[in-house]
Amino acid sequence: MHRTLLTAAGLMIAGAAASETPVLTVYAPDYFGSEWGPGPSIEAAFEERCGCDLQYQTGDLLPRLLLEGKNTEADVAIGFNTDVTKRARESGLFAPLNLDLAPLTLPLEWSDDTFLPFNYSHTAFIYDNTKLEGFRSFEELLNAPDDVRVVIQDPRSSISGLALVLWVNAVYGDKAEAAWARLAPKIVTVTQGWSESYGLFTDGEADVVLSYTTSPAYHIIAEEDLTKSAAIFEEGHYFMVELAAKLAGTDSPDLADQFLEFILTEEFQTMIPTTNWSFPAALAADKWPEGFQQLPMPESVLFYSEDQAAELREPAIEAWRSALSQ
Amino acid sequence: MAQRAFAIIAALTVAGAVIVPVAAVLWRGGGATALSAADWAALRFTVWQAFWSAAISVALAVPVARALARRAFWGRSALISVMGAPFILPVIVAILGLLAVFGGNGAVNLVLGGLGLPKMDVYGAHGVILAHVFFNLPLAVRLILQGWLSIPSERFQLAASLGAPLFLLLEWPMLKRTAPGAFAVIFVICLGSFAVALTLGGGPRATTVELAIYQAFKFDFDLGKAASLAVVQLLLGGVAGLAALALARGEMLGAGLDRVVQRWDGSRLVDGVWITLAAAFLLLPLGAVLLAGLPGLLDLPASIWPAMLRSLIISLAAVVLTIALALPLATRAGEAASLLGISVSGLVLGTGLFLLLQPVVRPQDAALPVTLLVNVLMSLPFVLRILRPGVESAEADFGRLGQSLGLQGWALWRIVYLPRLRRPLGFAAGLTGALAMGDLGVITLFSRPGEGTLPLLMYQLMGAYQMEAAYGAALILVGLSLGLFWMFDKGGRVHAEV
Repeated sequence: MHRTLLTAAGLMIAGAAASETPVLTVYAPDYFGSEWGPGPSIEAAFEERCGCDLQYQTGDLLPRLLLEGKNTEADVAIGFNTDVTKRARESGLFAPLNLDLAPLTLPLEWSDDTFLPFNYSHTAFIYDNTKLEGFRSFEELLNAPDDVRVVIQDPRSSISGLALVLWVNAVYGDKAEAAWARLAPKIVTVTQGWSESYGLFTDGEADVVLSYTTSPAYHIIAEEDLTKSAAIFEEGHYFMVELAAKLAGTDSPDLADQFLEFILTEEFQTMIPTTNWSFPAALAADKWPEGFQQLPMPESVLFYSEDQAAELREPAIEAWRSALSQ
Repeated sequence: MAQRAFAIIAALTVAGAVIVPVAAVLWRGGGATALSAADWAALRFTVWQAFWSAAISVALAVPVARALARRAFWGRSALISVMGAPFILPVIVAILGLLAVFGGNGAVNLVLGGLGLPKMDVYGAHGVILAHVFFNLPLAVRLILQGWLSIPSERFQLAASLGAPLFLLLEWPMLKRTAPGAFAVIFVICLGSFAVALTLGGGPRATTVELAIYQAFKFDFDLGKAASLAVVQLLLGGVAGLAALALARGEMLGAGLDRVVQRWDGSRLVDGVWITLAAAFLLLPLGAVLLAGLPGLLDLPASIWPAMLRSLIISLAAVVLTIALALPLATRAGEAASLLGISVSGLVLGTGLFLLLQPVVRPQDAALPVTLLVNVLMSLPFVLRILRPGVESAEADFGRLGQSLGLQGWALWRIVYLPRLRRPLGFAAGLTGALAMGDLGVITLFSRPGEGTLPLLMYQLMGAYQMEAAYGAALILVGLSLGLFWMFDKGGRVHAEV
């Protein structure tokens, strides 16, 4: 009995001490907070700076925020993709940034007043360079023999699949459906998400997989495997950027600002490449890990603003659907 | 009388636990939305593939179950346990296993190529049905096998000694009782298919209702549409359930001495072929999963241990809760209500629970109870399908005897019914445990980092390019699920000769 009381008292004291440490609640996608994602090292580094307790809540980022609305506990949300930011912006849940965006090193001009980029990559088709010669353009891929087996993601359930239909739209415009019809015989199948596609590729069920220009870096750095390459197309590659934002209703606005500033620091940015397997958004290329420096970069970058993306989404998906349903 | 009231309350509770969350999503989404042409196309494909998947699973299960019922051979019991594994495999792992056998560079195509024959292409509507039969044939076999084993062996002896037609007299009535229920439960599971249908269907032709729900929720945040589609799923599941219950009426065979069947009819050769074919179909992809997983075992992170522990705890808790709920629910109404649980999208169910709970508790604190609740709802239809025939025949055969001895309530259950139900109870508990183990669940809205279950860990590894380690985690998941299944199933068969 005595012991229980003592423990209870101990817990109360510990609880009181904990409540004095301010908490910063960060909503993030599941991969971000997992032990292989960037979350844990970012948490440790930021806690050292802020003297606070950073807590992640992981899962479906935007749906959860929209469900919670103004009642959300989130102070910061990290891991949005541009192709869905319109919906996020219109919710009115986010506060404007007050940050100097000069440190950004993105391959295009960036001036968003709400969403802050923290890493980027481009859509790309990955292949095994010991088995295929690769493709120098989208046209070459479309002209490849039909026994080249390609696996892609569904634009209705996957963000990279959506980026692909926007990419095809950017390259082929109103001839997108015809382009899809030429690609269709080579598409073995379409998967719900990226993981399933990539698994099919590494298992040898497909020769070419829709992924990112940065994917080979994983094989180079983590596996010392140089056989995976991204086909760099002369038409350009679709740009995919991930973003963070501050919640307007945050109860610790200063900590939230401090976290967003932290995103642009070298300390944060150097953690990105080998945890998120993408390019850091604010770090000069000579500071990237070697495996990233040797990646071939697309010469031009294709990108739709969130308004354009929202407008094009439905027709672009429809072109894909009708060509692949033949 | 009191027992009947109890059963009605249990059925209403289960139906409510499904309908209220869907209603919450519908309400939040601002009411129902009309379905688009694409939605109707998805609905047609969904119903079509679910019908054929269920019909073929049940049709194939009949000869396999009969062969298993009347043949004794070394390893039979282990084979029956392991053949159940596909049903509890995580979807993504099962797909990779199937493709290792039926895919472009799979075993079948290697053999075909070696013989100079044209390659088979697994992707398409036939691939969807193939995968669904792979998943559900084990369940159908077990449900029908259970029907065979429930025919008192005295009946077979009597019929055989009189030279009476066994099939018409004994087996056909049993099949009429068991097959519609097996069909309904598999039909309803296949209604919810999404990743399997998409991947093996080869593209947008194989679009299902569940994909439309996923899209409405994740991209469009159109809760009204997600909920409207969930209501359609509920209606389909409800209709399937009621139809099966109406069809599954049949005469009970009356009591025997309650012993295991001994048979000497039928062709050994034909039975042997059926058992071999079914075993090969189910076990080859499993073998591929095993081979793919072995090298990854060495790469597994230390966090696999706590994840295993959490998965085990959820599983065991789900077993206890499900069985406790299932016993009062083992009536026609109870089974019909329970089918609602698997017919509705887990995503909508999870969102509804989130909406209902969020004003009261922090979602992350409710993660465990919610996961548990959803697992119980998802397991109940299978558990009831397994238990109900046993409960009803125990009541019919031994109820009067028990009452004449003055046994009532719990004592009646403990002394008379539960010992009769050992075998189905063991099977039901094993299945629940295994299903809960493999369930990624609806918890993505509720989860918090570092507290994931085994399936979640597997998906995180895949998302981080670590495919080998992910397959290793999958192997552990399958091993644990099967171990749990085997333990309960075996426990139910202690002292039984089968």
